[in-house]
Amino acid sequence: MAKRDLVFRIGGAAGDGVSSTAESFAKISARSGLHTWTYSSYQSVIRGGHVWTQIRGGLDPVLSHGVDPDVVVCLNQQTMDVHQGQVSEGGAIVYDTDGTKPDPTKLREKVRLLGIPLRKKAQSLSPNALMRNTVALGAAVRLFDLDFRHVESAFKDIWGDKKPEIVQQNIQAAKLGGDAVGEMGGSLNFGLAYPNEPKYLMTGNEAICLGALAAGVKFLAQYPMTPASSILHWMASHGPPHGVVVKQVEDELAAMNMAVGAGFAGVRSMTATSGGGFSLMVEAIGQAGMTETPLVAILVQRSGPSTGLPTKTEQGDLNLALGAGQGDWPRAILAPRNPEECFRLTAQAFNLAEIYQTPIIVISDLYLGEGYRTVEKPDFNVPIVRGMSAANGAEVKDFKRYRLTESGVSPRAIPGMKGYQFVAATDEHMENSELISDVLAGIPEYVTERNRMHEKRMRKLDGLRKDTPPPELWGPEDADLTLIHWGSTWGAAHEAIQNVEGRGIRVNSLEFPTLFPFHTDATLALLKDVKQSLAIEGNYTGQFTRLLRSETGYKPDHFFGKYDGEPFTWRDIADKILEAVA
Amino acid sequence: MKLEFEMDTYKSEIKPTWCPGCGDFAVLRALQMAIHTLQLEPWNVVIVSGIGCSSNLPHFLSTYGFHAIHGRALPVAEGVKLANPDLQVIVTGGDGDGYGIGVGHFIHAMRRNFDITYLVMNNQIYGLTTGQASPTSEKGMKTKSTPIEGVIENPVDPISLALASGATYVARAFSGDVKGMAELVKNGIDHHGFSLIDCMSPCVTYNKVNTYDFFRERVYDLQKDGHDPSDMKAAFAKAIEWPFVGRDRIPLGLFYRTEKVPTYEDLEPALKKGSPVRQPLGVEDPDELLSEFL
Repeated sequence: MAKRDLVFRIGGAAGDGVSSTAESFAKISARSGLHTWTYSSYQSVIRGGHVWTQIRGGLDPVLSHGVDPDVVVCLNQQTMDVHQGQVSEGGAIVYDTDGTKPDPTKLREKVRLLGIPLRKKAQSLSPNALMRNTVALGAAVRLFDLDFRHVESAFKDIWGDKKPEIVQQNIQAAKLGGDAVGEMGGSLNFGLAYPNEPKYLMTGNEAICLGALAAGVKFLAQYPMTPASSILHWMASHGPPHGVVVKQVEDELAAMNMAVGAGFAGVRSMTATSGGGFSLMVEAIGQAGMTETPLVAILVQRSGPSTGLPTKTEQGDLNLALGAGQGDWPRAILAPRNPEECFRLTAQAFNLAEIYQTPIIVISDLYLGEGYRTVEKPDFNVPIVRGMSAANGAEVKDFKRYRLTESGVSPRAIPGMKGYQFVAATDEHMENSELISDVLAGIPEYVTERNRMHEKRMRKLDGLRKDTPPPELWGPEDADLTLIHWGSTWGAAHEAIQNVEGRGIRVNSLEFPTLFPFHTDATLALLKDVKQSLAIEGNYTGQFTRLLRSETGYKPDHFFGKYDGEPFTWRDIADKILEAVA
Repeated sequence: MKLEFEMDTYKSEIKPTWCPGCGDFAVLRALQMAIHTLQLEPWNVVIVSGIGCSSNLPHFLSTYGFHAIHGRALPVAEGVKLANPDLQVIVTGGDGDGYGIGVGHFIHAMRRNFDITYLVMNNQIYGLTTGQASPTSEKGMKTKSTPIEGVIENPVDPISLALASGATYVARAFSGDVKGMAELVKNGIDHHGFSLIDCMSPCVTYNKVNTYDFFRERVYDLQKDGHDPSDMKAAFAKAIEWPFVGRDRIPLGLFYRTEKVPTYEDLEPALKKGSPVRQPLGVEDPDELLSEFL
């Protein structure tokens, strides 16, 4: 079968320019018209260590960063040692002859070794050797027969018009790399017919930012934390021209509390963090639930517990999101599977937050948040629904901010609205926001009042269940095995299903864009015809699997939990499928 | 001239639940007098508080209010102010709330110089939790949580802390002088920048040391004493008189004020377009925004 995709990997020490080279290659791939998907493996270090990025480009939609690379660039010996044995048959290794040595006994068949004096070639253009990664990039572009003009446009994007001499030097460096490949046998002759129609390329975090802007976000408060920081960075540079106040704050307590204040004052408000920061936010997010204040919280998971593996992925914070805050309060938890859904569900989260006047959590992870993927052009024409405002009918004199209603949603007023003054209170309160907690608690009449108010709030879950996206069953209905998973596992799961299909194994996939409120009836309906199931989660205890069981009584037949910090690959999942159906 | 808003306009129907004689009554009254003098529209005022006896205050006035969780009144207020800078934002709470659990936010709110007024009802004790040591309890004070040796830590000095953190209006008031307090609060609200009014507000139930009499015997008026509030060095010298240097003389009044420092809102780029709450939602030219991704 003719090759339909390419897989490129580059590795070195932090500070070697691995990530900028990888970003350039991803751009080149997307501009060549390839469906593109990246994964960066990095460490909690600024200089040194071992980092690598893999980029996969396909003529057909790709669903993961792939497994074995066709080309690996080794900027140091450690990269060679770790990766040389993984290069696919017919692939190539590009390395710096100055200080790096391959071990031919470790290689697969027909792997070409392209030793190039990367540092010397870079130094021939400029006394500093910082461009040896660019020489290597040029070599890779030539090996894959990619169009060199995309290299030039990628460099122009990175350095802009401000530093034309740097752009020119890098173009020269890349050409030297390409020429070197030409002298050493030329390209790999994969024969991929690149469409050269550019595709949109973005990370899940960027898609979340775009979805928030489309929905009209006006406030983001955030404290830096991997892997959510790029939301702060992107919004800090792009938000203010759109009237978005972006505030880096002293800690995540402040981030969530400021988001609450802004939501109370009437703007669409958000915060973003990872598990550690979210842990600090739990009291304040419960405050939003109690005061019925809309906001959107983005939780980009990384490997725990505690500080854990800060640069590695995991799906271990579902329990945290489900249980955040003391007592019960109504929330929804949405779990995008890909950047398109990051965009769409974030925009929807802002509507849900205002319609139901409560926090909505969007839960993502490092693999989805930081990886680049090509996407369909995001449609900014998203519906904007701001929910029930007191100004649309309620008489000023009858206004009660926490009016008991069937839906649990009360007419909302924001400061500045004349005559609707009220106090949003984190203590239990009555319809008019007078406290029950202080001198009324325990008096029979107010015991009842407390119940009514608590039940009013919790009734919002019924509406949220109706308005959130239901579970989906993908693939053949009469499958031998059903995969059950959530979030970023989607791509690798689908690719694994495609892969085993070729061996005559029929597998389908049950997925949950909404984790809470749980869509029990819809899930039970979809589970009815499931013959055998395999639950797949990026955690140890099966946090979602346990939720599924508690909400439906259904226990998956097999469980595959992964907590090594690495994302699922289709091969991981295909292996488990084969075990399950054996 | 007839005023648009009567004094009573600012009162809510809810009666304070404080102990009889509590210093917080005076603070409530002073705040009411200040906003009456300034004739603020109640619907354009937001009073944010935390948790503690004093943090119930927003319920007793007819403005908008947000009764937040413990120690987080300031970040909530900052969020309100950034979403709608046209609102008059006032924060109230106690010493435990602001100088204890919330002290990190206290410092950062001041260095940002938000145009926010912060009234701390400082009674040097935890009242609502029935009498434990607070961050401003004096050394040696015996409380439920320090029953043997008394407090063995140094107290937080909010005045020095405020001066060092960049507050642009720093004052101390005393519940024994409502008029003086109302004047300091009014000027604080009027001030363009962060104003702290540390209100010595005796707890008649749990603090038997720092009583009304304790203060009456020791307080003096900084302004009558000729203190120049534009002089930061002099302000520090006055600040450390109590509790660092001794406990015989307690200065009241305005320690420091400057209008030369721009507020956070003055400098925030997103606010150049006006109040975010009034801005249209969505993106005008998505293609331009998306061009960097292609």
